[in-house]
Amino acid sequence: MKIDVSTVDRPTTLNSTDKPKEPADHDEVTGSGEVLSVQHLTIIDASRSWVGYEIDDIWAHRELLYFLVWRDLKVRYKQTALGVAWVVLQPLLMTIIFTVVLGSLLRVSSSNVPYPLFAYAGLVLWTFFAAAASATGNCLVSNAHLITKIYFPRLMLPLAIVCARLVDLGVVLIILIGLMLYYRIPPSTHLLLAPLFILLLALFALAFGLWTSAVNVKYRDVALAMPVLLQLWMFASPVVYSLDMVSPKLRLLFLANPLVGILQGFRAALFGTRFDWRGIAVSVVITVVLLIYGAYAFQRREKTFADIV
Amino acid sequence: MPSIISVEHLSKLYHIEVRASETAYNPQAATLRDSVSGWLHDPFGAFKGNGKLTKEELWALRDVNFTIEQGQIVGLIGSNGAGKSTLLKILSRITQPTSGRVKLCGRVGSLLEVGTGFHPELSGRENIYLNGAILGMRREEITRKFDEIVAFAEIDRFIDTAVKFYSSGMYTRLAFAIAAHLDPEILIVDEVLAVGDAAFQKKCLGKMGDVAHEGRTVLFVSHNMVAVQSLCERGLWLQNGVLRDDGSATEIVSKYLKTSSAAIAEQSWDDLDNAPGNDQVRVRRASVRPASDATKKTDVHTPLIIEFEFWNRVPGAYLNLSVVVSNEEGQPIFNTGSGHDPVWSQRPFPEGLFRSRFHIPGDLLNDGTHRVRLLFVKDQTTVIFQFADILIFEVEDSAKRTGWYGKWIGAVRPKLKWETEFVEDESIVMAGVQ
Repeated sequence: MKIDVSTVDRPTTLNSTDKPKEPADHDEVTGSGEVLSVQHLTIIDASRSWVGYEIDDIWAHRELLYFLVWRDLKVRYKQTALGVAWVVLQPLLMTIIFTVVLGSLLRVSSSNVPYPLFAYAGLVLWTFFAAAASATGNCLVSNAHLITKIYFPRLMLPLAIVCARLVDLGVVLIILIGLMLYYRIPPSTHLLLAPLFILLLALFALAFGLWTSAVNVKYRDVALAMPVLLQLWMFASPVVYSLDMVSPKLRLLFLANPLVGILQGFRAALFGTRFDWRGIAVSVVITVVLLIYGAYAFQRREKTFADIV
Repeated sequence: MPSIISVEHLSKLYHIEVRASETAYNPQAATLRDSVSGWLHDPFGAFKGNGKLTKEELWALRDVNFTIEQGQIVGLIGSNGAGKSTLLKILSRITQPTSGRVKLCGRVGSLLEVGTGFHPELSGRENIYLNGAILGMRREEITRKFDEIVAFAEIDRFIDTAVKFYSSGMYTRLAFAIAAHLDPEILIVDEVLAVGDAAFQKKCLGKMGDVAHEGRTVLFVSHNMVAVQSLCERGLWLQNGVLRDDGSATEIVSKYLKTSSAAIAEQSWDDLDNAPGNDQVRVRRASVRPASDATKKTDVHTPLIIEFEFWNRVPGAYLNLSVVVSNEEGQPIFNTGSGHDPVWSQRPFPEGLFRSRFHIPGDLLNDGTHRVRLLFVKDQTTVIFQFADILIFEVEDSAKRTGWYGKWIGAVRPKLKWETEFVEDESIVMAGVQ
């Protein structure tokens, strides 16, 4: 016998409005003379609207975001001998491996940029994306103990994961600056656009994570398939090789991958080369569409999530 | 007094899917494989609506209405599955109602489980901030109340130790301390008293009382009727998802206790041919009752009588009754036999109706549900008939307890003879040393 508990199929939304109340109505002077002010009026019903998306609720819990990021970072490196050094070691070791295998042995094209620098720039972005996407994809399931016991805006969980990985990314970017100085790459005005590509990548990771986490609640296969999918995705994106190596016919197909535009754009910003605006436009459009759909799918799922587990 | 919680026509429907296939490798989530294989097997099943899944509707709550006024301490009682947890989850905004609505005036602090959101690797200090933030506190608010929380939890020496090294008592104290200092307008507490020692329980009850005196509202769920009666002024009784009764805590608790348990205190079969049994014996009646005045409230101190009536259908049989009493965990507590009966133990039974009883002294059984299994033994060797759960009865906790409300440890709770002697005056011993 297999028994699933699920709520009604119709989409339901928790409609909460934290409105400042009329002071005259509810303020109550207690026996001790203390004025007890009632600040919120919360209405819980089966309403369906999601347009507001609890923006004020998220704002009210903004400090929780800080604590969740802080918890993530603290716990992750608390019991490792090398601690935070792992953040740097991961892309660094991978860069060395790919430099030896692809750069020296196979002489893969890196668009006239020193291969180690080229690979490191791609790998730090990739490491960030893979870590953020796989962790957000699992965030509803891995935080089931919280979700079934306490209320807070669930969107905090994926947001906190992406923010924590952004902090990691900030650390590894310091090494990137060191490498650029070492290889004497002159900074150009293009460099000012680099943060925008990081932001775009973070939004895409969030969008992808929101969508997969919603699917993952129902089909746990997603979490199992994710490592393989990400591995494939990495080699399908110009992380450790240049798009120059791809034949022009195939290149059009590559552009459908939003990571291509972001990776190429980030490198163009770093090394002062030409931007491929077509690829960047594709990335922006896909990110925006997926973010809206992901947020919708996520909030649809989170409302009934406590009933499914 | 304004109403601070108002619940209007609140209902919650769960669909329980009972799946005919036995592929339950992960009962919590359907896998893609199940969906794919189900679709391959029956591509139109989803449209026909007669696939392998049979959905059963379960109304966890049905049209529940009540209002709670500011400053009230309300006890929510009901047996398991009555809808208490569902109601608390809706009030805590963890799950949504199917229909109806709730209006809450003020911040809700809910303690549905002790230590939700605690991270074992983090220290007590770090967890206070993390848990406080999860419960909806501001950072400066936590900093302001930090010392008070630590003092209440009595963990000042271990504040920088990872909570995974905490004893369960310390863990509970810290969790309760944080929630209690949330200063919510509405505090929802579920069964925290089930853990912790007597002193801590007293402290929690005291704190909940204080919270209410400050004009805040407490909704308290417990299976411990003594605690509900002593703490709450009002009782809400849920039964099968419906609000069955609402009134003063004392009145509701006593009503609940009278009808609550699915107890089988007595059952009887008057028709010989349809009574449980076989060609050799058949049971006519079984009952459990207090040995003394039946109108008085029974509890752990009350002596009980368990009585059976049965027909012996084989003249000259040598019969023994054997009875096993087990507790709610299914652990047998004792086995007793009619071999101790001074008259009939060694005598052949003529055909006819018999009545046997035995006495259970007071102050022996622990509180909780007890189940009785009856066995008929022939010639002291062969079990000819047995009847599991012929009686199920509840032993209530003593109403006189003060100070601590936890369950006594052990299968039984005997009142034993204790003696203490004053052996020597300590001042004489000390004088002798010098």
